[in-house]
Amino acid sequence: MSFVLVQVIVGGLLLGAVYALFSSGLTLVWGMMNIVNFAHGDFVMLGMYVAYVVYTLMGGGPILGAPLATLVLATLGVVVYFALIRGIMKGPMLAQILGTFGLALLLRYSVFWWFGANFLSMPPNIVGGTYAFAGLRIEASRLLAGVVALLVTLGLHLLLTRTSLGSKMLAVAEDQTAAQLMGIRPDTMQAIAWAIAAGATGLAGALIANFFYIVPTVGETLGIVAFVTVSLGGFGSVPGALVAGLLIGVIESLSGYLIGAIYKDIVVYVLFLFFLWFRPQGLMGKM
Amino acid sequence: MRRWIWLSVVVAFAIAYPLLLSSPFQQRLGALVLLYAIAASAWNIVGGYAGQVSVGHVVFFGCGAYAAMGAYAKFGLSPLFGIPGGIVLAVGLAAIVGVPTLRLSGHYFSMATIAVAETMRLIVTNTEWLGAAVGLSGPTVPRNIFDLSFLSALPYYYLFLAILSITLAITWWMTNSRMGFYLRAIKDSERAARSLGAPASRTKLYAYMLSAALTSVAGALYAMMFGFVDPESGLGILISVKILIMAALGGAGLLFGPLVGAAILVPLEEISNSWLGGKGAGLTFVVYGAIIVLIARFQPGGLLSLLTRRSRSKVDTGAGYAP
Repeated sequence: MSFVLVQVIVGGLLLGAVYALFSSGLTLVWGMMNIVNFAHGDFVMLGMYVAYVVYTLMGGGPILGAPLATLVLATLGVVVYFALIRGIMKGPMLAQILGTFGLALLLRYSVFWWFGANFLSMPPNIVGGTYAFAGLRIEASRLLAGVVALLVTLGLHLLLTRTSLGSKMLAVAEDQTAAQLMGIRPDTMQAIAWAIAAGATGLAGALIANFFYIVPTVGETLGIVAFVTVSLGGFGSVPGALVAGLLIGVIESLSGYLIGAIYKDIVVYVLFLFFLWFRPQGLMGKM
Repeated sequence: MRRWIWLSVVVAFAIAYPLLLSSPFQQRLGALVLLYAIAASAWNIVGGYAGQVSVGHVVFFGCGAYAAMGAYAKFGLSPLFGIPGGIVLAVGLAAIVGVPTLRLSGHYFSMATIAVAETMRLIVTNTEWLGAAVGLSGPTVPRNIFDLSFLSALPYYYLFLAILSITLAITWWMTNSRMGFYLRAIKDSERAARSLGAPASRTKLYAYMLSAALTSVAGALYAMMFGFVDPESGLGILISVKILIMAALGGAGLLFGPLVGAAILVPLEEISNSWLGGKGAGLTFVVYGAIIVLIARFQPGGLLSLLTRRSRSKVDTGAGYAP
């Protein structure tokens, strides 16, 4: 295997970890409330813009931008839950799809209106430069994004499986009425789930803002990436999202390298359709 | 009786509209309302009556638009000859995509349709033969009347009115046929419908194919009126969104819902575009987004369901809001 190929795979893994991070937010909400957030990719986009604005206003790079983006998006998640999701959760399917889809448009074009359609990019900041490591050259910003995303995704998994908060959330996912009888408030747990899910997108957005193109419509592509990741990893499974995210990152960068950059999205979409059609339960999920 | 009076008033207004409001802007607006009403009514068959929320309907729209422009640009024929080609393409694609996709329920179906449309857009954008990112153009100077290239919007208006009437007639006929009953049963509960022997998969597929055919006609008409098609205007996700929102705003699963939605949203968009200029494009979709969120949250049956709710006790068609 040539060095270039290894380089491409490592790059894919690092980006894939970020995919895994924001996809685990989608899978959490999906698994818990059986609602699909069509605005999920646009949440990530907002995270990128928050990081961008924080940098241009205050400087400081991801150290300041990432926590702030997480906080802003988590707040947005809670607001969206109480203002919209709670109302449409038990409504007809059309209302559920329209609700989050409308939210996606609202966010995407508010940003479009405010910042314009131009591609923005972060000015060089603290995490610039590249590391050379055993012949591989890795950009510092990608390395930081990949490592942080991986750690946070693992942390999320631990939170859901090893803490009492996680157990409560799973209880609500399992059976709302029963959970309520045990003294758990479904509303609070679901709001927390939305805060976590949206916070994850904010962090992911801030992390990739350093090397990704920042444009209002990026949410569409990222949203589909999240759907692919979730459908590949199985709905509601954070470890599934992690494995699938890494896999998709690698597939995407390999196909970008081997077939051509313009085809990498097509490969991901086709893969998505293939999974929806032939294995809707995902790689590891159960029906 | 009351219903027929209302209907004849609406029809009379529709016929007289371009004569009453005869400025070019108003005639163009009228034509656009009808055009989007055709597309939204076509969507309504599968999205409203069958309850399968397709967010990728633009792919069929694009089949029609590219077939019409392709007939001219590639074979020197009138774009009119592209319409049957577009229908064949759209129905074929609907059959191929529909068989695996319609098995998916709810959100999964919507996501799969988005992926199909986006894949198609990316493929066309990278296909040199179809004009890639630039797209295809129609005849700049009409050679004869069959090129359907007019300066005034008036001929388009009546053409679209005729096609819309046909679309609505087909929809009306469908809802009162066996297929309509199957579709309503499937929408209420697919499992129950299946257990009573309704051929759910086949009925959904037929509805999808019918809807695809009519959507492709709308796409062909759109391309003819504007004289060109490119990946954004022919296959962009925003076209799907517009179609879907118009139907949902007026009332998905109601015959005149899409027309009402188009009559509200198209003027809104045109006016906001002409007032706000270049900045308007973004703001229009902000408003669109806000409207959809509000409908979804407070009136998921659409505006027309406010009217029908009163008469529901008499005739429950099962259309519209189904919890």
